[in-house]
Amino acid sequence: MDLLNINNLRIEFPSRHGTVIAVDDVTLTVQPGEVLGVVGESGAGKSTIGNAVIGLLEPPGEMTGGHVFLKEQGIDTLSPEAKRKIRGRKIGMIFQDPLTSLDPLQTIEQQLVETINLHLKLGEKKSQARAVDLLRQVGIPDPENRIKNYPHQFSGGMRQRVVIALALCAEPEVIIADEPTTALDVSIQAQILELMRRLCKDKKVGMLIITHDMGVIADITDRVAVMYRGKLVEEGTTAKILGNPDHPYTQSLISAVPRPDVRLKRFPMVNYIEAEGERKKLLDLSTHWLGKARDYKAVQGPFISLKNLVMTFVTKPALLKHNRVTFNAVDDVSFDINEGEVFGLVGESGSGKSTVARMICSLYRPAAGEVNFLGTDLTKIKSEKERDYYRRQMQMIFQDPFSSLNGRMRVMDIIAEPIRFHKLAGSNREVEQIVTDLLDHVGLGAQAAVRFPHEFSGGQRQRISIARALATRPRFLICDEPTSALDVSIQAQILNLLKDLQEELGLTMLFISHDLPVIRQMCDRVGVMKQGKLVEVSATEDLFENPKAAYTRELLDLMPRLDSLSLEGLEVENT
Amino acid sequence: MEQSLEKTRLQRIFGSDIWYSFTHNPTAIISALVTLGLIFAAIFAPWLAPHNPFDLASISIMDGNLPPAWSAGGDTNFLLGTDDQGRGVLSTILYGARISLLVGFSSVIFSMVVGIALGLVSGYVGGRTDALIMRIADIQLSFPAILIALLVDGVARGVIPSDMHTDISIYVLIFAIGISGWVQYARTVRGSTLVEKNKEYVQAARVIGIRPFTILRRHILPNVMGPVMVIATIHLAIAIITEATLSFLGVGVPPTTPSLGTLIRIGNEYLFSGDWWITIFPGITLVVLVLAVNLLGDWMRDALNPKLR
Repeated sequence: MDLLNINNLRIEFPSRHGTVIAVDDVTLTVQPGEVLGVVGESGAGKSTIGNAVIGLLEPPGEMTGGHVFLKEQGIDTLSPEAKRKIRGRKIGMIFQDPLTSLDPLQTIEQQLVETINLHLKLGEKKSQARAVDLLRQVGIPDPENRIKNYPHQFSGGMRQRVVIALALCAEPEVIIADEPTTALDVSIQAQILELMRRLCKDKKVGMLIITHDMGVIADITDRVAVMYRGKLVEEGTTAKILGNPDHPYTQSLISAVPRPDVRLKRFPMVNYIEAEGERKKLLDLSTHWLGKARDYKAVQGPFISLKNLVMTFVTKPALLKHNRVTFNAVDDVSFDINEGEVFGLVGESGSGKSTVARMICSLYRPAAGEVNFLGTDLTKIKSEKERDYYRRQMQMIFQDPFSSLNGRMRVMDIIAEPIRFHKLAGSNREVEQIVTDLLDHVGLGAQAAVRFPHEFSGGQRQRISIARALATRPRFLICDEPTSALDVSIQAQILNLLKDLQEELGLTMLFISHDLPVIRQMCDRVGVMKQGKLVEVSATEDLFENPKAAYTRELLDLMPRLDSLSLEGLEVENT
Repeated sequence: MEQSLEKTRLQRIFGSDIWYSFTHNPTAIISALVTLGLIFAAIFAPWLAPHNPFDLASISIMDGNLPPAWSAGGDTNFLLGTDDQGRGVLSTILYGARISLLVGFSSVIFSMVVGIALGLVSGYVGGRTDALIMRIADIQLSFPAILIALLVDGVARGVIPSDMHTDISIYVLIFAIGISGWVQYARTVRGSTLVEKNKEYVQAARVIGIRPFTILRRHILPNVMGPVMVIATIHLAIAIITEATLSFLGVGVPPTTPSLGTLIRIGNEYLFSGDWWITIFPGITLVVLVLAVNLLGDWMRDALNPKLR
């Protein structure tokens, strides 16, 4: 007998542009004590399945086919009132964001006791005892006292533990976890996954875990179902799916996951996912505008040299200087970048890596220190005109493809803006030709020029951003988390593109990421940042094999191990 | 292929969510039709009105105080009756709506220009400039708008020689109403600018080297205009009412070029003698106009608000 049986499920979202089939004929089963992972990229319909099972499908979405059985009882046909009784009692839920899934105005105790009492009818005293017991089970220290606290008094990881305790309240038979660790730092992710897996095994609870992250899949699941555009393309044991996938989509998905253990020459062509990502027409850079000899000074000494850089933010403003409260986002950071190399900057959120990048390209003015670019200290330049010469040589690619393009401008004007501003081409006709060529060169095609940014997907927008950055013919490119907002297969394409461009144009790059496997694929040397300080700078291979700083070791230990992933058809780089 | 991708401006408008929301909202359609109808009637008043109420040769005091055409003693020449000087009420309403709308639109545009400019500067520059502009806004906000308009109007009357009053009083009125309304625009635009200036597209423009003025004009301004259009529509209704109030109080446009407010005031004197039509019809027109514009503004606010969609 299956614990949870989702049978030929079909969910449609009618809209005025036609009906979208979000989930198409999906059949899944979960056994007691089993963790089933549902993996797929954004828009694959995986969260919709979770919502449909617990009867919380967002309108206008509706189930137009199939059934959901819990222990052979059909639960999709029940009345809303009966569904409500099953939710929480028999099926527990863990959502992505621990910040919003708890009521901020109630103590943890009130929320737990209310839920326990509602479903189990134990009475006040017993419910309280059970709540304390649950908190102890999910690993919250000193539960007798912490239970009186409000949600904001817990850290993100602790809060997610409380959410798990809340899901376990009424001894559910099934738990549905929708991206339970996506909002957490890696260090906490590992602990939470371990906890969830243990609870699941101990209590013989079936778990459906929905995620986009292969690391999570490898860590926790017994079986995996792979979704692609609403369809279930493959299902099997975790070892089988990760190590030896059958379906071409799964194969391309697995091959696109950045490896923490080896460095690849480039990611294999992931054309199952987005064929248009291919760069059909490449420019002959020896004759084209983009590759033409530039009027730049030759480099002597380090390309970029940061000396004792400090950035201070005011956290409490005041009229008088000595009343202000400040903190150093970047504290005494010095490093060099040599010409033609890709320098990586890695660290957790809030470590100051983006602030360093913004100081280099003069978005922030450093509180102290020097930014030497080709031997000139940029912090000393007074006139905007003089600065333009340096601006043209360095460009930046941003993290969020949905806010890095002005939605009111056509792609043509977005990319032409830097060319026109720096007067890099003569006639309007010439500018337009260059923009079309650039679009071709980043794999978008010339038709893109007449459209607006909202007509493109995230990966395509990131290509437009790259084209805009190339439009000043820079020799230095800063990439600030360029792929962290993208799906893994799109990430592979963008990383390939950046690698290719770096080689073709001989670019020097500063590559910022929180993701160590990505850093390993992209960078020659790496700096590790922690709370505004640079703790280590090493060559990439050294960093991964023999980390010097304790913090680096810690980060490396927390990295999800993906040893079981198949290496078939991948070109490993020898160093 | 390339042709079909490039949508014309019209295709983009008719394919948009705003247009869809509009065509599925009867209130919005009706109020838009009423507003457009009144604007049309006002613009083409010289051709539509049965008489020219300001042509002294064509009016006769003998036609004074005639009731509407359907009541006893009415004249079909004057559908809605006449006022004390024998001017047709329908004609004066058409001409009056012209003045009301002119003052309304002009003062809204004036408020918008001042408010948007100050809001953009305040939000983008920040620091002391921001504090200064916003404190001035706060001070102004602590007085009722009508009081500020009265004050400006009064000062202007004191400063400008009296023989010029009639000629420039309409500009004074536009300035007075306009200056009393900029605060809302400035506050909204400042808020949106604070959000937009931290978005990555603005940073990208700064990395390119684009100067602040161009960033404000080319990048930030188009992205903060949505809420401004909503405020402008609702403000239009307020501006028309303010003008009517001022004119009713006798400090607005001169009686020689009456607006709806002036007409109501003139009619008010005859209300108790039973000549209700002189004041009621301009009053109804004013209410209908303001109501339609307000409903249109309400719809726009809801349609542009992603939280309500």
